[in-house]
Amino acid sequence: MPKMSYSKALNRALTDEMERDPDVFVLGEDIKFALNSVTTGLLDRFPDRVLETPLSEQGFTNFATGAAMGGKRPVVEYQIPFLLLLVLEQISNQANKFRLMSAGQVKVPVTYLLPGTGWRPGWGAQHSDQPYGVFAHLGVKTVIPATPADAYGLFLSAIRDDDPVVVFCPMPALNLREDVSYADLAPIPLGVGRVCRSGADVTVLAVGHLVHEAMAVAEELAGEVSVEVFDPRSLHPFDWAGLAASVERTGRLVVFDDGNRFCGVGAEVLATAAEEMRLLAPPKRVTRPDAAVVVGCAPELDLAVQPSRAQLVAAIQAVVKS
Amino acid sequence: MRLIRRFEERCIDLVRSGDIGSGIHPCIGQEGVAAGLCAALRPDDALLSNHRGHGHFLARGSDPGRFLAELTGRVGGIDSGRAGSFHPSDLSAGIWGASGTVGHGAAIATGLGWALARDGDRVAVSVFGDGAVTQGALLESFNLASLWQVPVVFVCENNGYATTLPAPAGIAGSVVGRAEAFGIPASTVDGQDPEVVFDAMAAAVDRARGGGGPSLLEFTTYRFEGHHTFERRMRLAYRDDDEVARWRERDPLAIQAARVPADVRDAIDAEVEEVLDAAVRFALESPRPDPADAFDHLYATPVRLRGSLFGGLGAAAALDGAGRIFR
Ligand SMILES: Cc1ncc(C[n+]2csc(CCOP(=O)(O)OP(=O)(O)O)c2C)c(N)n1
Repeated sequence: MPKMSYSKALNRALTDEMERDPDVFVLGEDIKFALNSVTTGLLDRFPDRVLETPLSEQGFTNFATGAAMGGKRPVVEYQIPFLLLLVLEQISNQANKFRLMSAGQVKVPVTYLLPGTGWRPGWGAQHSDQPYGVFAHLGVKTVIPATPADAYGLFLSAIRDDDPVVVFCPMPALNLREDVSYADLAPIPLGVGRVCRSGADVTVLAVGHLVHEAMAVAEELAGEVSVEVFDPRSLHPFDWAGLAASVERTGRLVVFDDGNRFCGVGAEVLATAAEEMRLLAPPKRVTRPDAAVVVGCAPELDLAVQPSRAQLVAAIQAVVKS
Repeated sequence: MRLIRRFEERCIDLVRSGDIGSGIHPCIGQEGVAAGLCAALRPDDALLSNHRGHGHFLARGSDPGRFLAELTGRVGGIDSGRAGSFHPSDLSAGIWGASGTVGHGAAIATGLGWALARDGDRVAVSVFGDGAVTQGALLESFNLASLWQVPVVFVCENNGYATTLPAPAGIAGSVVGRAEAFGIPASTVDGQDPEVVFDAMAAAVDRARGGGGPSLLEFTTYRFEGHHTFERRMRLAYRDDDEVARWRERDPLAIQAARVPADVRDAIDAEVEEVLDAAVRFALESPRPDPADAFDHLYATPVRLRGSLFGGLGAAAALDGAGRIFR
């Protein structure tokens, strides 16, 4: 079976979808030269559906909204996570509300793709944000695939979805490779999580690339604790039913989330679990710290604020003991 | 124009009576721009409006009763009461919404114009005020529209003020200068005379439809009323009475009325009153929305929300539903 990388899966999803649906087009900065490998080969195949933009994020994000209202299905690629904060208004307040405000007269099927979200070692404070929680908070459909097959399937579903969807692709996941047969690649519905590993003692809900870290920790602890790893795959809509079913089995919960702690996805999941699920022990979360501390350059500082395997091990042990 | 004027006067009454909760941004005094520019459009052309947009809707033929029902938040409204006065849209009348973020709708119109041009020869129009031209995002739209030769007409209704800020105190250089810097032909035109507006607009629309790309028209105009109906209570002193009186002498209704025989005018006036009486009746008789429908239209592909949103997770049952907003 061929090994497919995460980036290649994104490229393949976009290529397949442009092949299938002539309304799909892609826009962004430097996409002709496929800086992020997502748009490789598209210019040759679809010369009039690759729109190389100037550095005008607010302009081209709203442009995509208009084009979507006019019947197209734009895929917007952004180079750096903070650019999504520059267009937060355009996505959450314009694109995501036009359907509601028009009582369904228009739909806005835009996909916003961020191939490289989160930590970039040494890149410093302005290039390593992990803003998925912000979009989920604002009610924008938010997806974060962990594996190449999920990247393919979720990206495809995002493009086909009739609402705005932000797809976050974690920087540390982009070069992951996986055995996938092309024939098995398929769309994956938004809002459906995946039990990546079954277990009996504790559920670890892991987000994005942290799924792989959680799997490694689960393996490491196998003799001691039976860990179930659950990947929600999309943060909004969130697979509450899937999580509840897992917690029903294990009775314990740890969230492993690369977002900031305060008002983050971890906080939300813990709150909901506390309110609505049957827990045998107080849940825990491993996240980035409060506030936007991403330091950069010196690896010790950089790593100090990243959620780590060691923290996860400690959290699992604490939850299981209590 | 008479319809727009009297419609908004009726709206002001409905604001006073509490039937229009938000208040409105009246375009009284600016009707000549709305009437002239909409008359130059084909029914299938697309217009994106702004917060002072009532005139655009009526000039494009939106139904006054359903529009008024929208402003009063009723089910019979053009947007089922979801949009109110600030964000209405009426695709049947060629109005594709009104962005509340001043100046940013221009890029949406640019994208829309680009999309429409790929499948035909429809033109998009973006209407904004003088306050919008100080938004950087507007300039990004000019750049994209010009680079990609999008069939979009940018219309600036320069009524002299952005809320209380006089245009010269906010705008360095000029409105047309901004467009010209991007290679977009632009001109400043008298907005009080609807026929002058029509001629300028027809030329810009022809140009766009013929593949000539974007253009900008700055219509000089004036709002006789306050920025928003709240101003009637506030007595803000940012413009003097003489100035208002001078502009009232150039009332677009009077300018156009002088071209219409008296009997035709009387007939129009009478018809407008009839239409508006019926519209107000329709609006106030239309039912108010059911709070249980608050989540309708939120997403095109419905999202499963937590049951607790609706008063406690009746647990398993609510979690089992597939692909629906829980009730
Ligand atoms: C980006 C943005 N800034 C501020 C506001 C608040 N606001 C609403 S209307 C308005 C004035 C707009 O003036 P102008 O564009 O000249 O239009 P006019 O009201 O004169 O028709 C302001 C400041 C807003 N809605 N959006």
